[in-house]
Amino acid sequence: MTLLIETDFGTPSSSRTELVGVEIDGVAVSIPADTSIMRAAATAGIDLPKLCATDSLKAFGSCRLCVVEIDGRSGTPSSCTTPVVDGMKISTQSDRLDRIRQGVMELYMSDHPEKCATGDECEMHGMAKQVGLTEIRYSGRTHLDLPKDETNPYFTFDSTECIVCNRCVRACDEVQGTFALTIENRGFEARVSSSGTSFIESECVSCGACVQACPTGALTEKTLYTIGTPTRSVITTCAYCGVGCSFKAEMRGDELVRMVPYKAGGANEGHSCVKGRFAWGYATHEDRITTPMVRELITDPWRKVSWQEAISFAATGLKSIQSRYGVDSIGGITSSRCTNEEVYVVQKMIRAAFGNNNVDTCARVCHSPTGYGLGKTFGTSAGTQDFESVDHSDVILLIGANPTAAHPVFASRMKQALRKGTQLIVVDPRAIALTRSPHIEAAYHLQLLPGTNVAVINAIAHVIATEGLIDREFVNARCDLQSFAQWEEFIRLPVNSPEALESSTRVPAEEVRAAARLFAAAKNASIYYGLGVTEHSQGSTMVMGIANLAMATGNIGRPGVGVNPLRGQNNVQGSCDMGSFPHELPGYRHISSGEVRQIFESKWGVKLKSEPGLRIPNMFDAALAGEFKGLYIQGEDIAQSDPNISHVHAALRAMEMIIVQDLFLNETSKFAHVFLPGTSFLEKDGTFTNAERRINRVRPVMPSKTGKSEWEVTCDLSKALGFEMDYTEAAEIMDEIAAVTPTFSGVSFARLDQLGSIQWPCNDANPDGTSVMHVDHFVRGEGQFMKTPYIPTDEKTSRKFPLLLTTGRILSQYNVGAQTRRTPNVIWHSEDILDIHESDAALRGISDGSWVRLSSRVGETVLKSRITSEVPAGVVYTTFHFPESGANVITTDFSDWATNCPEYKVTAVEISPSLRGPEEIHEHVMGGDMQLESIIRMANQIAANVPTGAAPEYAVAHHIEQFWTPVMRQRLNKEADRSRLLPIVLRALELDVSGSIVEVSD
Amino acid sequence: MTATTIYVPRDSAARSVGADEVALSIAKEAALRKIDIVTVRNGSRGALWLEPLVEIATEQGRIAYGPVEVSDINSLFDADFLRGGSHPLALGKTEEIPWLARQDRITFARVGINDPLSCLDYEKNGGLVGLRRALEMKAEEIVAEVTESGVRGRGGAGFPAGIKWRTVLQADSDLKYICCNADEGDSGTFADRMLMEGDPFTLIEGMTIAAVAVGAREGVIYLRSEYPDAIATIRQAIDLARANGWLGRNILGTGKEFDLRIRVGAGSYVCGEETAMLESIEGKRGVIRSKPPLPAIYGLFGKPTVINNVLTLASIPAILADGAAAYKSRGVGRSLGTQVFQLAGNIARGGIVETAFGVTLDTLVNDFGAGTLSGRPVRAVQIGGPLGAYFPITSFSISMDYESLLSAGGMLGHGGIVVFDESVDLAVQAKFAMEFCAIESCGKCTPCRLGSTRGAETIQKIMDGDDLGANKKLLLDLCEVMTDGSLCALGGLTPMPVKSAMIHFPEDFDSRTERIR
Repeated sequence: MTLLIETDFGTPSSSRTELVGVEIDGVAVSIPADTSIMRAAATAGIDLPKLCATDSLKAFGSCRLCVVEIDGRSGTPSSCTTPVVDGMKISTQSDRLDRIRQGVMELYMSDHPEKCATGDECEMHGMAKQVGLTEIRYSGRTHLDLPKDETNPYFTFDSTECIVCNRCVRACDEVQGTFALTIENRGFEARVSSSGTSFIESECVSCGACVQACPTGALTEKTLYTIGTPTRSVITTCAYCGVGCSFKAEMRGDELVRMVPYKAGGANEGHSCVKGRFAWGYATHEDRITTPMVRELITDPWRKVSWQEAISFAATGLKSIQSRYGVDSIGGITSSRCTNEEVYVVQKMIRAAFGNNNVDTCARVCHSPTGYGLGKTFGTSAGTQDFESVDHSDVILLIGANPTAAHPVFASRMKQALRKGTQLIVVDPRAIALTRSPHIEAAYHLQLLPGTNVAVINAIAHVIATEGLIDREFVNARCDLQSFAQWEEFIRLPVNSPEALESSTRVPAEEVRAAARLFAAAKNASIYYGLGVTEHSQGSTMVMGIANLAMATGNIGRPGVGVNPLRGQNNVQGSCDMGSFPHELPGYRHISSGEVRQIFESKWGVKLKSEPGLRIPNMFDAALAGEFKGLYIQGEDIAQSDPNISHVHAALRAMEMIIVQDLFLNETSKFAHVFLPGTSFLEKDGTFTNAERRINRVRPVMPSKTGKSEWEVTCDLSKALGFEMDYTEAAEIMDEIAAVTPTFSGVSFARLDQLGSIQWPCNDANPDGTSVMHVDHFVRGEGQFMKTPYIPTDEKTSRKFPLLLTTGRILSQYNVGAQTRRTPNVIWHSEDILDIHESDAALRGISDGSWVRLSSRVGETVLKSRITSEVPAGVVYTTFHFPESGANVITTDFSDWATNCPEYKVTAVEISPSLRGPEEIHEHVMGGDMQLESIIRMANQIAANVPTGAAPEYAVAHHIEQFWTPVMRQRLNKEADRSRLLPIVLRALELDVSGSIVEVSD
Repeated sequence: MTATTIYVPRDSAARSVGADEVALSIAKEAALRKIDIVTVRNGSRGALWLEPLVEIATEQGRIAYGPVEVSDINSLFDADFLRGGSHPLALGKTEEIPWLARQDRITFARVGINDPLSCLDYEKNGGLVGLRRALEMKAEEIVAEVTESGVRGRGGAGFPAGIKWRTVLQADSDLKYICCNADEGDSGTFADRMLMEGDPFTLIEGMTIAAVAVGAREGVIYLRSEYPDAIATIRQAIDLARANGWLGRNILGTGKEFDLRIRVGAGSYVCGEETAMLESIEGKRGVIRSKPPLPAIYGLFGKPTVINNVLTLASIPAILADGAAAYKSRGVGRSLGTQVFQLAGNIARGGIVETAFGVTLDTLVNDFGAGTLSGRPVRAVQIGGPLGAYFPITSFSISMDYESLLSAGGMLGHGGIVVFDESVDLAVQAKFAMEFCAIESCGKCTPCRLGSTRGAETIQKIMDGDDLGANKKLLLDLCEVMTDGSLCALGGLTPMPVKSAMIHFPEDFDSRTERIR
């Protein structure tokens, strides 16, 4: 293996398709019109000298090394800025050109260090040699005494090596879109500047684009100084968010020197963010646990043991629980941070070795409503587009997502489109950065009250339906007309008008109308959304409302349109695809289907249960009810990340055997009996699937620090439980996935290595994968419209809790922070902060930066305040990256009616000044029959929300049958206080819901 | 008896030598003597050596006195100058002053005649005739007329204006711009300023004709901050033009639309380069853009844009009014029409000389200019601003037109002529050229950014007598890299004064210690 140097064509490719013919140094070249001479030459294998040109940036023409001569034209134009013209004859070599190039390099080298700090990393000395420069005859003023800027934790700016080629400035502007860098002064004094301040104090977001663009040692990763020049590269995939950036892991021996974004990466095309580019140090952090550990009681100290002992300890514990409490008393949670292969074997172990369907995944708490909503309407649980699609959008509707913080690399791409003139409508309670930032301003910011998404989407659709803006041609050709007619009748009701909903949403009706018209009038309109859509009591309803809007305006099935969930975790799409949900086998096929079960039963050689298993919150309820005693948790810190933490902690304490597989001891491991050390993404061999259904290879760049792959450990446990899983390498697992999952049938490691990445579905019909879905018809055939009545959440403000808390993420930290807190990223964000509007703060005598007590009906915590206009009055906001801040102590166990995705985004709270700070926190005590309470609440919520026509009780019964375990159904039927159940639930109970399982088709 | 009209220029060159005080003193003295006068602050006639030039409207015509100082005023009144009385400062009828009478004024026809902000005077003296004619023509016909006239870009590049206009006319865009480059930064040039201060409506009319010709609705005048009087005058003129319906949504009642605004520069020479000017107007750093794309296709805010110099645009009304044939009947070869020369530096009779192309340098410097102000012999003349070539007196027979100057290793530039007497050291001047470039370089391209500083350093070494042969060779090598390798004319032309100095005045580059002067 060697260091991979990607070809740099000097300028971006032309968007034109017609070819022109030119002759370069006598070589005939046929190339798209508007291509630069430089790029045309590069495609013909002629490498023109260049310093200011790189193919990720527009041509600039400053270094003057790439000059050429053109027959019939005077002068020596720069080849990077001169486009080819048909019939052009170009010479790249002549004595005159040599003299110019040598003269330019002589000037450069007269103000450049004789030796660069990082040695051959600097292109300058190589270029001097290339153009034949032998002597520097000048002497005079230089910039060689300028100080270095070392303030950024990851890279150094050394102005003495800077050649003022502007590549960093242009990368910050054109690629990242932050505009943090500039050139100060002019002429000889022109210098790159982070806008007059140090890098760390500037607007810089440390995406690394400038470092990557720099042709000299002026901007250099610090690891290059401390570790040395890399000698080999491995192409792999970032393990942070759902964008799924491809990186070259550049290694020196077994040591990672730097992660460089890979230009051929389908998702990121050579761009990166601070997390993927720099914040990988956690992988080798001293906190890493690399030896298995066990303990009898969670109050005991951990005991380091062999793998064999740990597996045997765990297996014995699980078997003992099952013998005492029944086969359904244990379960497991898969991780969206792990590979498809690792997830697949965990769900397989649970279904085959545990013998039940008690498998769930952390997608439960993020995008489960996406699966439900898009499954119902389109027929598949995934975004419809690739990221490139955004380049073709005329209008973007962005709902409940903050891409610049949570999906930075995609945000840069979106910003590029916005700067070219794409219009933006933001639906968000907060003034996120995209509403207004350099060279970007949203056309409309519908600043709704948290919890009123469905009201807003209905109001938008109402305007479109009542103002004659529906794309009837599309609807007639592509959608189920009966469902459309019902939906149209519903959405036209005056109750859905912007005027009627204004008092709930707080969005002025005229703004909604104007935004709706803008969206409907666009040639290509797309919808992007995040957890601000899903993490609500009506999360699934909202997803269906989004799908309705896209269908009604004909915005499905081509580039530039579509419904695009921005996935939170690197493999949340994949973990869902891999059958991590209790009711679904891999490929989103319901467990009740005998036909589907048959495929797996014959492959695995085991009989599968036909009933859905427990969801994560159901597991907690069941644990508190004494029915659920053992849990295998693959890489998820539920004791920090899940809502109503007191409830979660009580449930975990009620269990007898908790097995945690993770990199670090975390909040959850405090309740664990077995700790199985996991592997970082740098040690994994497998695949991640990103938000655009793109399956990317994850390749091990260093040996496992635990001595085992995670899937091996799972297989060992499965074997100890009596079910053999026999794989010799990860590729075999993917082969099995392909064999049992029609949408993956064409996928294999070999094919991935060949194509780089594949967007599923990949099968005989789409052998290279599918970039845009639902092109000629929907996966389910005709698009299904769903009625989406707005039902306000039960989590309402009151006199006691008059404010609404909503939560989110920031750029430098990631989710529970287990990784980013162990990197220098803490320099930007070292604690969670509560954002408060000025008026709410003033009313309570809270000053900026002071301690604030935050309480909800389930708990309280203390945070530092920040007074800001980013949140409107009546709304407070915080992040949940630090365990000590306990944001999830506050959040309630209210959840989406269809999927139980927690309602993280709406919690009624009160704030008050706190004098003593964190010492003031009181733990809340749990009491009562939590499981039965949950069952009653969930049943009533389903009845209130289930979208249906004449006989809602059938829909309620069907829903409960599809997603609830038999025990839960039984408790609802037998134990629930009937006076507390809605009439529809009672009618549903009269139907035979706890009886035999019916086959469900969707 | 009706009041006598007295003209005292408001031009800032006249003001710099006391025109305001003179006007005030005349008014005071008239009041004291109970004489009724009307003072008109006209533009300057361009004979700067006669400023402040006071004119009296008499029945015989305008009689001139100058240069007038405050101390002269009593004696002027005593000499009954209000009726054209004789006085040592009397110059006779203004239009008969030989220095003015010998000129052929087209672009500057109205400058100095009237109150620059009088709409009435403007129309009375032939204003708007060109625009009215243009409004009756098809766009293609206007462009054809301008092309036919042969008028070339007066900013320095000399590109045929009609061809540029045609490119913009043919560009398909909902939005097009007319940009007037009034960033007159060349040393020894002042014609743009004098026109804007003395006859602003002509520029506005020229821009409006351009707009009608190419289909633009918006225009910008990029004006340097060093010209506060010109800024104020143009601002008022735009307001007046708008109020009179010469600009706005319904130009002269034709339903055609064009409006103008001013963008004031921030003191950067390179912003006079057209692409840097566009960047500056857009609110960005004044940095050169690579061409292609040409501004005519991708100009201001990415839209097709006509960029012309003040003098180019100010020539247009006359071309439209009198026809292309009248304009192109003047001049030589491909240099047609008139050029507004500006005589400056060490010169006895400096100012504006507008005359047909083809006049000799000798005529300009020695006849019009009357040699140096110091009285010492002329040694060198720099033509075309700080990037223009230095010529010795042996070149004085040269015909002043684009092609002749080019073949002599120089350029016409913006028509500025700066005269030096025998005390000049051309090595110092060559070093100054490099230093000027170093200060004004935008810093984008390497040859200009680094080359200018290295050039100044190397010339200093030559002046110090360090390794003369090697450093002269290095300087010539550098000049070639800057000429061939620079992105724009600033870096590309800086070698012109340097090399011309070395060619024509080689003795100044020999070792100082051996030099006898």
